[in-house]
This record gives sequence, structure tokens and C-alpha cells, in this order.
Amino acid sequence: MKIHEYQAKEVLRKYGVPTPRGVPCFSVDEAVKAAHSIPGKVWVVKAQIHAGGRGKGGGVKLAKSPDEVKTCAGEILGMQLKTHQTGPEGQKVRRLLIEEGADIKRELYVGMVVDRVTQKVCLMASSEGGMDIEEVAARTPEKIHKVFVDPETGLKDAEADEVAAKIGIPPASVPQARAVLQALYRAFWDTDASLAEINPLVLTGDGRVVALDAKINFDSNALFRHPDLVALRDLDEEDAAEIEASKFDLSYISLDGNIGCLVNGAGLAMATMDTIKLYGAEPANFLDVGGGATAEKVTEAFKIMLKNPKVKGILVNIFGGIMQCDTIARGVVAAAREVNLSVPLVVRMKGTNDETGRQILKDSGLPIIAADNMADAAQKIVAAVAGK
Amino acid sequence: MSILINNNTRVVTQGITGKTGQFHTRMSRDYANGRNCFVAGVNPKKAGEDFEGIPIYASVREAKQKAGVNTSVIYVPPPFAAAAIWEAVDADLDLVICITEGIPVRDMIELKDRMRKQNKKCILVGPNCPGVITPEEIKIGIMPGHIHKKGRVGVVSRSGTLTYEAVGQLMDLGLGQSTCVGIGGDPVNGVKHIDVLRMFNDDAQTDAVIMVGEIGGSDEETAALWVKDNMKKPVVGFIAGVTAPAGKRMGHAGAIISGGKGTAQEKLAVMEACGIKVTRNPAEMGKTLKAILK
Repeated sequence: MKIHEYQAKEVLRKYGVPTPRGVPCFSVDEAVKAAHSIPGKVWVVKAQIHAGGRGKGGGVKLAKSPDEVKTCAGEILGMQLKTHQTGPEGQKVRRLLIEEGADIKRELYVGMVVDRVTQKVCLMASSEGGMDIEEVAARTPEKIHKVFVDPETGLKDAEADEVAAKIGIPPASVPQARAVLQALYRAFWDTDASLAEINPLVLTGDGRVVALDAKINFDSNALFRHPDLVALRDLDEEDAAEIEASKFDLSYISLDGNIGCLVNGAGLAMATMDTIKLYGAEPANFLDVGGGATAEKVTEAFKIMLKNPKVKGILVNIFGGIMQCDTIARGVVAAAREVNLSVPLVVRMKGTNDETGRQILKDSGLPIIAADNMADAAQKIVAAVAGK
Repeated sequence: MSILINNNTRVVTQGITGKTGQFHTRMSRDYANGRNCFVAGVNPKKAGEDFEGIPIYASVREAKQKAGVNTSVIYVPPPFAAAAIWEAVDADLDLVICITEGIPVRDMIELKDRMRKQNKKCILVGPNCPGVITPEEIKIGIMPGHIHKKGRVGVVSRSGTLTYEAVGQLMDLGLGQSTCVGIGGDPVNGVKHIDVLRMFNDDAQTDAVIMVGEIGGSDEETAALWVKDNMKKPVVGFIAGVTAPAGKRMGHAGAIISGGKGTAQEKLAVMEACGIKVTRNPAEMGKTLKAILK
């Protein structure tokens, strides 16, 4: 689960990470009021969307007076902000963060992720702040310093100090940097984060270490023990179809192609998408109906797929194990009738009760195209969509 | 021979009093030699009772002492699953297979750290996996037993139904399996591809291996490099997720391309370079393997 920058900063502040003074705002009036409440000569108006790259997209602006804050807030609020992470349609800005300006001497990067090889939390730090860390990793990997944290001890003083020195924190500011790094680790661990980034972490003219930006993602498997964090979820930032699917315990992800696919199991669902691509078309979605699919669940899955106007055909690929093919077949027939299916439908079934399942599809009288295996299924749906 | 499990394996089910645990314990008991293999369940509140004749003990340790179990299968719900794994590890069983999906990553980090620091020899398979089957001997987990038959191909995979797909293709070509191992789709887990390949390499019953991977992490690359220098048997590989977008979790918690790393293309390239016979068509895993055997 993702949260906004201002929410991530609130979380980090609780652990003692210094951040600029700031106020989240939902309207231009609130933004002006916020500017008046924050003393100083420069304010930063920041669009709050979950995607990164906001600055380059015009979502972050400097204002030198409350009047300028008003102008900037008016421009940013409500805009379709396009960044490399939003896709071409962009994301509508509904929230702003108004912050005091900072006297930036140096911009650094610190982040944490779970390292799958060592099975520990990995602290990554770099002197190249403000940049995309993936770019730094690709161009100058020697500038990224890593510490794999022992879960029993947490991030040790010596480890934090060494990293701070390596990324160019002057000796006088090392104790502050140590406090920030250890607070970031505690926040990461306590909140069951899957990613936490401060980019940039800045060194100010007077030697303070401040988090100018913040990003935290949480492990969705652990949200059951964090009701306070669940409350931070912003549904406006998420794909409507994905939210709808999650209500029915369906795992769905929107993609750009025109062939909808409904599969049981995540690995097989990905493999089905790959097969569609292999035969020259693109999948419209990832959809795993899971192990306990019922007729109702299949019907909901069809509805969700068909809400996407790009969908020109549907491929159902089921390997029946514990879940039986006849159950799925009944679900598919019921769904096709209920949604009045008007696009081609190819069904491939294998495994438990597959023959009964195929017979049910045949007896339904619906124009369902049967397929013998995955490759056959993909070829048939690609051809049907192409009108062949 | 086979790997990990056989006729002599004795299993305790942790989570035997839940709906899922009961359903799959029954299915596993009814498969091949299951009646002799599934000899115990655990639930401290129901110790002394039984599930359809399978005695329930207060702890894994007690099940080991009284029923002689050496393996555990876990269906305990996610919030308590890591503690259940530790109970089995701490009782010094040989093997723990955790089926549970949705365990917090932090719990797994702590668990694996403790296993390493206390030098535990217990092998963990999973979590978030379909389990392990040695066809016509024993199945431990949620895979459909009837789609398998005894043979000489090993299968190792991060996914459930995609494993069944691979098995189905082998069966269509008349090829049976020595053992099929689902290692699970979580980012922090027990055995990895490399560990299972090592076991297949040493198993006299296995002639060749199908290795099924997916996007996320670098375990397939690590395994491929090991194969290049050590594997004496042919390996066929497939990676799911060529079409998966970056930054999106594709169902499995571990199936995510992050920071441009863990793409299917990257994995396939490394596997190919290491001498693994790679197919980019998931419908041709069986065919690719059969071609190698000739």
C-alpha cells in the first residue's frame, strides 16, 4: 500500500526525523492560509499524488509570497499531472503540501528495502540525492552504499556513522544523520514497510539534516496489525477496477492491450499473458481468480474485465486442481449470459473434471470457442479479435 | 528414491482443526501411501482429540515424540504462521512445508534470521506454496494428486497452477515425475531454486528437471550460475511475466519488478547463457524437456 508524501513525513516525524514545517491542503484557500501560518520568505507548493517525478511534471513550485502560493496552488490543484510513473493520462491532483523553503547545501539519498538474497532490510545511501536512484545505480553504482541490517540489533551507531561519512555528511552533522538513519530504520521495521525513501535528504546551510521528500510503501500482508496506516489509504490514487476486484478477492491489474484474461493462479495468469503476446497481441489485464472461485466470482471477474472499453476478446485459462473445471464452466456460462457477452470468448480447461466442463460450455449454446492447450487458446483468441 | 519426501515420511499437520487444513489433510491422506504418512495434528486446545482418526497433540514436539513425525505441513492463518514454522523448526523436524499465503515479510525476516543464528538444519519449503509431491508415494500440500504419475522428471516452481500446467504437459507426453516442489511466491522464503536443483542433481531417480520461475528477485539467475558449473542433468526453464509491467505486484507478493531488476527477459538471458534450455512459450515446457531426453 502506498501513501502520500505528507503522510510519510508524518510517520517519519513520529520517529524523530526532522522535516520542513508543512501543512496538507485540499483547496487554494487552505493553501493561502497555510502559507500565512508558516513563517518565512519562501514556500514550496507540492502536488500530492502517489507517483514519483512530480517536480519534472510541473507539480512542485516555489512561491515567494502568499499571493504566489495562491497562484501556484490554483495551477497545480486539479491538474492532470503527468510523470514517468503515471502513464500518459496522468493523475489528477487533489491534495497539496505547503512547506517552508529550505536552505539546501547538499542533496543526498537514503532508502530502505527488503533484500531478498540476504533476507534482511537493506539501507541504501548515496551522495547523489534528488536523482532517480535507479539511474544512479545504473550509471555510478559505486556511489551507492549498502548496509544489511541485523534484525536483532537494528541499525548500529557505527554502521549509521560510516554510511553518513561515505555520503559526504560533515563530521559535525554525523550525529544528526545517525539519528535520521536509525529513525528511518525503526519506522521501516515498526510499520512493516516494504520500501522507505528520503530523496532528497538535505544538509542545510546551518548543518542540519532534513528530509525534504519522503516515500513509504507498506507490506499489504501486514496491514492487519496497522489499522492506523490503513486509514491513510487514498482510493482516488488507485485504479478503480483494481479496487472493485479486491472487493471480490480477485487479484486484478489493468494493462494496455485488448485481450482480457481470466486465469486461476498468479503464475499461470502471467504465463497466459505472455502467450497472448507471443502470438502477436497484448493482454488487457492480469486476473487471478484464486483457488476458491465460485460462479459469482467468475461473473464479477467478467464484469470487471468488460468495463474496460479496450477489451475486444476474452481468454479463460483454467487448470483445475482442487477447483473443478465444471464449477468454472458453469460460472463462465452464467457470466456470459448475465453480461450479454458480445466479444469473442475462448476457453481452455484442463485438469479435474475438464470433460464435464467442456460439455457444459458446448451445451450452453453460447458461441464459446474451445481450445486444447494454452498455445491453441492464445492463437484462437488473437485470430478472433483480429476478425479472422 | 526421490527428493525431500517418500513413503517413509511421517507428517504432522499444523492447523489441522481449520477448514483448509482439514480438507487438504484428508485429500493428502487419501493419496497413495497417505494413510501411513499422515499420523498427527497439532492444536494445544484440542490435544487428546482426533481428526478422522488422526490424533491431535498439544505441540509439534509431542507429535514428534509420540507419533514419530519428521515433517510438518502448515495451514495456520498468516498472523500465526511464522510462529508455527518456528515451533516445527525448534522441534528439530527434518522438513517444514508452509502452505499459508499472506505472511508478513517482517515475520519471515525474523524467522529466517533465528534459523540461521541457531544453525537449524530443518529444511523450510514455502511459504505461499502448493507443497511437495512424490507421485504414487506421498503428497504434502494442495496440488491435485491425480494429475501426476511416477517417473524421472523433477519439477521446481514458484507458482502453483503453473506447476500443474508443467506436469500436465509432461503427462500428455507420457513423462512421469520423481518429485515436484513448489517453493512459493513470497519474497522471503525457505528453499530456493538452487537448493532444489542441488537435490535433484544428487537424486538417482531424477534424469532431468523443469525449472519454472517468475519475475522478481534474482534466485533464478543464482540457480542458473550454479547449474552452469555443477549440474549433471539437463534443465529446462521457463519464466512467467515477460508482459508484466514494472512496479506492479502480479498476484504473488514476490512477483514484482522493482528498480528495473527481476525482469523475465533478464532471467531468461542468464539462464540461456548458463546452458539451461529455455522456452519462451509456456505451452512448450513439456515438449522442450522431451526433446532434450532424446
